[in-house]
Amino acid sequence: MCANCGCQGDKAVVLDLQTGETTTMATLHQSHSGHSHTHDHTHHHHGPHQHASDGHAHTHDHTHQHHGPHQHASDGHAPAQNPGVSIVDVEARILAKNDALAARNRAWFAGREILALNLVSSPGAGKTTLLERTIRDLAGELPLYVIEGDQATACDGERVRRAGAPVVQVNTGTGCHLDAEMIARALTALKPAPGAVLLIENVGNLVCPALFDLGERAKIVIFSVTDGEDKPLKYPHMFRAATIVILNKVDLLPYLDFSLAKAIGNVRQLNPEAIILQMSSRNGEGTVDWYDWLRTRLRARRSSACLMS
Amino acid sequence: MHELSITWNIFELVAEAAKGRKVNRIIVEIGELSGVTADSVAFWFPEVARGTEVAEASLEIRKISALARCEACSAEFPTTSMLTACPCGSFRLKRLRGEELIIKSIELEEVP
Repeated sequence: MCANCGCQGDKAVVLDLQTGETTTMATLHQSHSGHSHTHDHTHHHHGPHQHASDGHAHTHDHTHQHHGPHQHASDGHAPAQNPGVSIVDVEARILAKNDALAARNRAWFAGREILALNLVSSPGAGKTTLLERTIRDLAGELPLYVIEGDQATACDGERVRRAGAPVVQVNTGTGCHLDAEMIARALTALKPAPGAVLLIENVGNLVCPALFDLGERAKIVIFSVTDGEDKPLKYPHMFRAATIVILNKVDLLPYLDFSLAKAIGNVRQLNPEAIILQMSSRNGEGTVDWYDWLRTRLRARRSSACLMS
Repeated sequence: MHELSITWNIFELVAEAAKGRKVNRIIVEIGELSGVTADSVAFWFPEVARGTEVAEASLEIRKISALARCEACSAEFPTTSMLTACPCGSFRLKRLRGEELIIKSIELEEVP
């Protein structure tokens, strides 16, 4: 699957399930050249203590470039004194562009008091069923919006729409994860209301989504008891990044050789701070704690927004 | 799994910094707990750079070994995997090194 996940020449598709409108977007590496008004510019410091904007009196044969999300673009290079070869100290995080866009999403959420959550799991662990139940149970109480990520089809988006929440489906094509730009695009169609909860269902994959920040407040890992106790040890990056681990499908425990104690121990080994919730999205067992967490975090989000934005 | 994506990001940042000049060498740091396989990045790089001013550049990947400090006993120790615990038994660790994903520098041909 992921041999293609750099998606050269591939297009992600954003489908607004309210209007049926579809937009096609170039993937990350192809589409960034035009972001002239955002904060994901690069900043070129020419010389160790000079700003690019204050002239180009160069005494060094090195060009120092600092790429950072909060810096502004400068003009081009003046030639270094030493002809032939020059060294540019790039010192840039490889995921700087995604991280800068994620920071922009995060600021956008903060300004609107939106609680954004990134739901990740292996395929089939029950993300969509958890969303459906949450939407139905909290209807009229919490404003919920959903961004659905899948390689293909609007099946999950349709399920969520039928459950009663506004939803935008992102199809990543060959891509194995959502990225910050896809979220930014989806938000322009979804237009979540201020003070809402935005649930982002990532592509079912416990590997790649761990590396791509979307601007969310927290990552929620859904860990199905049908997955086996050792799932956390096999996918340590994702379990380490989780704020909550939802142990899902606990209604099936009587039929499985699954040790809850062992599974919880494995999560704890990687992530001692994680909140672990035992739940069944099918029969509703244990959902009370999940809803309480959502209510508490949304209240905190609303009261902290004025400080953060 | 996501290494092609990562390689595209490297290529983009390098091409941006090079501004059309020929790139001879790229130095990248990849931490052993970064979640990115260095060999796979090396595999994808020529494919991504083909036909560009970066195509002939050599990609030097420096693998950074991982180090953590125990929040229980303050010992510093190497963590060869995400599952490495402190010798004292604690899993509460502050990771000091080993999650890097950085382009350090590039070497360019200057236009005469």
